[in-house]
Amino acid sequence: MALRIDCPRCGPRSVHEFRYGGELRRPPDPDWDAERRLVDHVWMRTNAEGAVRERWFHAFGCRRWCTIERDTRA
Amino acid sequence: MNEHVERQIALPAATPRASYDVVIVGGGGHGLATAYYLASRHGITDVCVLERGWIGVGNSGRNTTVIRANYGIPEAVRFYQRSLELYEGLEAELGRDVMHRRKGLVWVAHSEVGLRAQMARAAQNRAYGTDTEFVGPDRIAELCPDLDLAGGGAYPIVGGTYHPRASTARHDRVVWGYAEAAARLGVDVCPGVEVTGLVRSGERVVGVETAAGPIAAGTVVCAVGARASAFAAQAGVRLPVVTHPLQAFVTDHYAQRIEPVVVSSDLMIYLSQTPRGEILVGAEIDPQPGYATRSGFDFLAGCAHRAITLLPCLRDLRILRQWGGACDMTPDYSPIIGATGADGLLITTGWGTWGFKGIPAGASGLAELIGTGRVPELIAPFGLDRFARDRTCADRGSAGTH
Repeated sequence: MALRIDCPRCGPRSVHEFRYGGELRRPPDPDWDAERRLVDHVWMRTNAEGAVRERWFHAFGCRRWCTIERDTRA
Repeated sequence: MNEHVERQIALPAATPRASYDVVIVGGGGHGLATAYYLASRHGITDVCVLERGWIGVGNSGRNTTVIRANYGIPEAVRFYQRSLELYEGLEAELGRDVMHRRKGLVWVAHSEVGLRAQMARAAQNRAYGTDTEFVGPDRIAELCPDLDLAGGGAYPIVGGTYHPRASTARHDRVVWGYAEAAARLGVDVCPGVEVTGLVRSGERVVGVETAAGPIAAGTVVCAVGARASAFAAQAGVRLPVVTHPLQAFVTDHYAQRIEPVVVSSDLMIYLSQTPRGEILVGAEIDPQPGYATRSGFDFLAGCAHRAITLLPCLRDLRILRQWGGACDMTPDYSPIIGATGADGLLITTGWGTWGFKGIPAGASGLAELIGTGRVPELIAPFGLDRFARDRTCADRGSAGTH
């Protein structure tokens, strides 16, 4: 079964209507210097196994961004 | 299946001791091969490989077994060419038949843009040391007569490249071959031992925690495949890895007919016929990240349709099984090998959809780094620090599909 993404405006739709926009970022570590914060923001990801919050763009629908919660083990 | 049972009996499952020079976490191809090269090339035999399941349970047993070097950047061409050459000598080296077969690879183009990309690939590959030729439709028809040059009307084959040294090998046999050879040299291969944490002394990683107690280590190597991000985070290391599912399927067994591996970037598909006669078809990674290794009907329907577009003769074949793997994808589609920034912890990850073909070169490079303390030239471009230094090895066009 294909993954369904629950768009808050359009309801549950096939993942193929969406573009993945990455995991919701955590706030930068205040102890890090500006360079390290930048590198972390641009490249590094938590890549959690389990519950995640992520951004999706409903390209073939309402054409708006939404934040969804999902389990990456499912 | 019987083959696997015999092999598991042939390899005694070791119980880990309390301390080793090198503890490798992850009993897949990269972890086991790193242990083998440490023992065989560098005389370091005080090594254990800890695997929470059975060896080869992850992507080492789920990949589509293509070995090739026709990449798009010089660093990758040299690296995978070395790997391809090591694979060619692997049966002699390990004393095991790993069913290595040279098949050749035909990468077809369906458009002017695709054709130019393949033309550039052939020129660049030759310049950096692998054998790739630019070929027209006539030659492609000779290499694989079953291809529909009209591509069902929508995907005409206008040319492509031929990579004659591309091969396949039986992935379980590669894993078991490395495991046996490493064990013969004194490495402890320990399936069924789950690492639950890292032992740190100050900032330095000095061992791992397991259910049976801690194991001290001079060096810990993280070779855990899809779950590298969480593992590295225990040492405060952040990785640019996102884990995506990749699905594949095979048909029933049929008489040998399709000689080369066939690849189409536009159709996001690649296929080959295994020595057992199955037609093995793989696709792009799934768009969403995930750790599940289930495989679904919409993948099967779409992928089968695209396969038939290229090879109409597959139309009536029966599908035997489908499966999924969890791929540790990097943003530049190149692996991450070497230092992590945490003392005592090395990593080999970001093997995405190109891990099987990289086993010999990645593992021998990492073993050389551990054995000599110097980063070998072949793996130097693939350090984790390349992201902070803005020296990424971007090669999506070569690695994305397989």
